[in-house]
Amino acid sequence: MWPKKIKINFKKTEEVFFRVLTFLSTCLIILILLLLIYGIFHKGLPSLSWEMLTSTPKGGFYFGKEGGIVNAIIGSLYLSIGAVFLALIISLPVALFMNIHLKRRKKLLNTIRFFLDLLWGVPSIVYGAFGFSIMIAFGWKTSLLAGIITISMFIIPIMIRGMDEVLKTVPLGLFESTLSLGATNNNAAFGVIVKQCIPGIVTAILLSFGRAIGDAAAVLFTTGFTDRIPNSLFQPSASLPLSIFFQISSPIPEVKNRAYAAAVVLTLIILIISILSRYFTGKFKRNSIKF
Amino acid sequence: MKILSLVPPQRILKNLKNRLIDGWMHFCLVLIILLPVIIGIWLCYKSHFIFEKSSFSNILFSPIWKPISGSFGLLAFIVSSLWVTFLSVLIAVPVCLLSAIHLTQYAKKWVLQIMQPVIDILAGIPSVIYGVWGVIAIIPFVQKFASFFGKSVSGYSILAGSIVLSIMILPFILNIFIEIFNTVPEELTEASLSLGASRWQTIKKVLLRKAYPGIISAVGLGVSRAFGETIAVLMVVGNVVKIPEGIFQPGYPLPALIANNYGEMLSIPLYDSALMLSALVLFGVVLIFNLISRFAIIRFEKGL
Repeated sequence: MWPKKIKINFKKTEEVFFRVLTFLSTCLIILILLLLIYGIFHKGLPSLSWEMLTSTPKGGFYFGKEGGIVNAIIGSLYLSIGAVFLALIISLPVALFMNIHLKRRKKLLNTIRFFLDLLWGVPSIVYGAFGFSIMIAFGWKTSLLAGIITISMFIIPIMIRGMDEVLKTVPLGLFESTLSLGATNNNAAFGVIVKQCIPGIVTAILLSFGRAIGDAAAVLFTTGFTDRIPNSLFQPSASLPLSIFFQISSPIPEVKNRAYAAAVVLTLIILIISILSRYFTGKFKRNSIKF
Repeated sequence: MKILSLVPPQRILKNLKNRLIDGWMHFCLVLIILLPVIIGIWLCYKSHFIFEKSSFSNILFSPIWKPISGSFGLLAFIVSSLWVTFLSVLIAVPVCLLSAIHLTQYAKKWVLQIMQPVIDILAGIPSVIYGVWGVIAIIPFVQKFASFFGKSVSGYSILAGSIVLSIMILPFILNIFIEIFNTVPEELTEASLSLGASRWQTIKKVLLRKAYPGIISAVGLGVSRAFGETIAVLMVVGNVVKIPEGIFQPGYPLPALIANNYGEMLSIPLYDSALMLSALVLFGVVLIFNLISRFAIIRFEKGL
């Protein structure tokens, strides 16, 4: 009887121990997120004012004590909207092509998907270094356009993957019945399948926008930094991530506060994007055909 | 007869539109496939200049980094990168493993529903924000932690970089673990429980054993993600060119080298070649790790 009792006790203790440990791990992850948001808001909210959000830094972004971050906000919006637009007109056709024209050739499709998964993991600094190298070779200066192209190179695999996830859930039957009614491949694609998958596509676009606006390594070399709002595609531009990166190591507290305010703005944008993408997914699901 | 065979103008327009869209689709597909190839070739071309001066092994394994005098040894950076990556994976993987077990085995369904937004937000937060938070919260923490051991450090260290990096790769690895645990068939766990095993025994001997190859691949993907992360690590790791001898010492990972020195690229000869070589090494390492890990995951899912 004695050995049996010890064995059962060990089993029970082990069970309780690991149950608690795994629960604590999940709590730790939630705690980390809360600490993160609290830390950023704690430092940045005091500096957030209307003046901060609507004026450019005066007296040079590194030393000037006055002014705000509107150059970074507008620059980031230009960069991200431009990059998402450029990526969209390349990614949507590719995702549709993969799921419509290649639907029967499974091997080719899987190879392309695998290839895109590989591309998905390439760090943005490689794209930045590549872009910068090309710019030197052709003698171009840092500009908004170069930043837009580099960022869109980076987010294209993300966007294609997101769209592909949704598009591949569309059953073959829907596509075939559309074709049997006399539609061409493209008609079917844009008229029916895209409409069916709009929540997923919008989510993919929003997520890509979030990655585009937050990325610093790709714009570091290619877009430069300035304290003015750019007037044309060929001028350098400020961006929120670089605004944080350059200003946070300054010894002047006003400059540091600008960096913290920019951090809060950026975090808020990401949080809003997360909420929006969940909302859209729920809302448009009502209009899609259920199987 | 000839009038009947005339194509009405709407038809011509429709055909043209279809042809254009099809052509654009083909063009975009080719562009996507060519892009990484072009990047690889260009980086190779730009880095080969440095091999005229010193040999491959000399560059990779020499610790002397003095660009002005022409010696471009990358050892300090590679060692720093390895330290930071290895340590961050060491911190992140147990936490993710335990949490994934909790979420898929022990917790009720709604807990996983709540965790999904949390994971998505953590994954979406840009690296600069992690860097800022690292400077605000982690650097003082590392300072206090080091003073426990009697060392006084600035806090900008390999340890700080690893902690920040581990939080960054956490949502990524967690998602893959959850996916893997969900693919293990429920019949196996149910059979084990019906034989009288406790929940944890089932997890240890059935679930983990079955998911083992998937877990290894997830770790591989985490390594590739951690290796390439630039900005957040850059802000907390100290950026001192020296082979780090302990986790409380500063380091200088490879991506940070590229990010910090792009301004001087043109003024010193062969500097740009060395930096492009670093970018090429980064590109290659990430691709190879991704390739092996994803291939292993596919094999694992087939074998189930």
